[in-house]
Amino acid sequence: MSDITTKIVARFTELGIKVQPDEIETRLDQLINKFKVPPEEARRNVINYFLKQHNIPRTEFFETRETPQVKASDIKEDGKWVTLRGKVVQLWETKHESMSQVGLMGDESGTIRFTKWTKAGLPQVEEGKSYLFKNVITSEYQGQFSVKLNKTSEIIPINEDIEVGRSLVEYSGAIVDIQSGSGLIKRCPECNRALVKGACGEHGKVDGIYDLRVKAVMDDGEKVQDILLNREVTEALVGITLDQAKDMATEALDQAVVLDVIKSKLVGRYFIVSGAKLDRFILVDTIKLDTTPIEEGIMSLLASAAPVAQEA
Amino acid sequence: MAENGSGNGSGSGSGFAREVAHRIFAAEFRESNLQAKEGHDQYSPSYLLTPTGANCNRVFIVGTLTEKDDVGTDNEFWRGRIVDPTGAFFVTAGQYQPEAAQVLAKTMPPEFIAVIGKPTTYTTKEGNVLTSIRAESMQIVDAATRDRWVVDCAKHTMARLERLKGNEPDAVKAREHYSTDVESYRVMVQQALESVRAR
Repeated sequence: MSDITTKIVARFTELGIKVQPDEIETRLDQLINKFKVPPEEARRNVINYFLKQHNIPRTEFFETRETPQVKASDIKEDGKWVTLRGKVVQLWETKHESMSQVGLMGDESGTIRFTKWTKAGLPQVEEGKSYLFKNVITSEYQGQFSVKLNKTSEIIPINEDIEVGRSLVEYSGAIVDIQSGSGLIKRCPECNRALVKGACGEHGKVDGIYDLRVKAVMDDGEKVQDILLNREVTEALVGITLDQAKDMATEALDQAVVLDVIKSKLVGRYFIVSGAKLDRFILVDTIKLDTTPIEEGIMSLLASAAPVAQEA
Repeated sequence: MAENGSGNGSGSGSGFAREVAHRIFAAEFRESNLQAKEGHDQYSPSYLLTPTGANCNRVFIVGTLTEKDDVGTDNEFWRGRIVDPTGAFFVTAGQYQPEAAQVLAKTMPPEFIAVIGKPTTYTTKEGNVLTSIRAESMQIVDAATRDRWVVDCAKHTMARLERLKGNEPDAVKAREHYSTDVESYRVMVQQALESVRAR
């Protein structure tokens, strides 16, 4: 207990304030022993009491701690204070007014999502610019990591274009679903977003530009993986160019014919894909039918399936 | 571990995790009869626990379509029989699975076919539980895909048999309910593998 006291005294001394160890001790003792407050909570309570007494803002008291600088791909733990040096790759629309900016930032090692709270009162960041994000906190949601910028965080612009690493991942499994929004689609000429029923979420009714893409779900029997195929990859895989797709749709008076062809060529088959991992998707660079010989698998499985029968 | 103990839920940003499609041989699927809902409201997913401990809300199978019938009265309702090295699956597709129904309608057996769908059970008057798959999607595939699936399914079945010795909730439940004869499933996998090797 006296350990807590000395730490509190030391910290306040750094700020140039003298607090009475006795007073701390009495307060701690009362909270911990008499009112059964857990020590950590008691410590917090005592610190807050003295901060109020001396009119010190909480941020000042807690700020000076330097957090370790890490790489985006090293973030594997929830609730760690870190510093990141990276480029803002993308900014997304915020879902709630409590967030001032959300997006994706990256460094050499990869990318990570970030959320900047409105209450943090931090300056706005711009897409494509690099910053030092000091003292941000990591957070995990359903296995996905992100960092949050709050009022103890700092954003320092840096004059350097940080190369964002594309950590390539490979995945093999069967394609089990092609999602809506695949095939021949139209995009908004302003913001490139896919149109829904001829209208853009942001710009309303617009004359869309045709594009070809596939949003699919792969499954290896253990976990699922969403994949995105852009126009080039889709054209090569399905063997239909954008122009041919347009012709097909015109002839059938229905955009869905393209989707039907895509489904018939992909669903239920095994593929190997590689590409950059973005959020829950893999942005596919290469995709090919899985043609690795199955004999090897058969032999090793047979060996493990027949531990007793040696005569075969 | 995911809450439902079946190792799925890789996590997506929207808070909804798609169910994994389990690979199950027909012989094992036919023996399955323990279907349970997780949660209590009408939208809770339902899972079929198989004898080797796969807790599935979705399955992926590839086999040979040997028979198909439109058994619907007012609307089309297609039923197909799909055969793998160990037995046959029943697959259904009705008006709420228009795409799968269309594929089944136009496919002339015999043909290799891949099915992704939901396991369903039906209890007869005599109390027997019949299993079938309500197809979400269905596509004609080639022989190579079919053989690859057999190996894939064998791999997953072997892994489940291995896990069946352990203490994972699904494994324990499967052991208690089915008193699974591991040896017979091992033989089933072996025979399935031999059948694709012979080609």
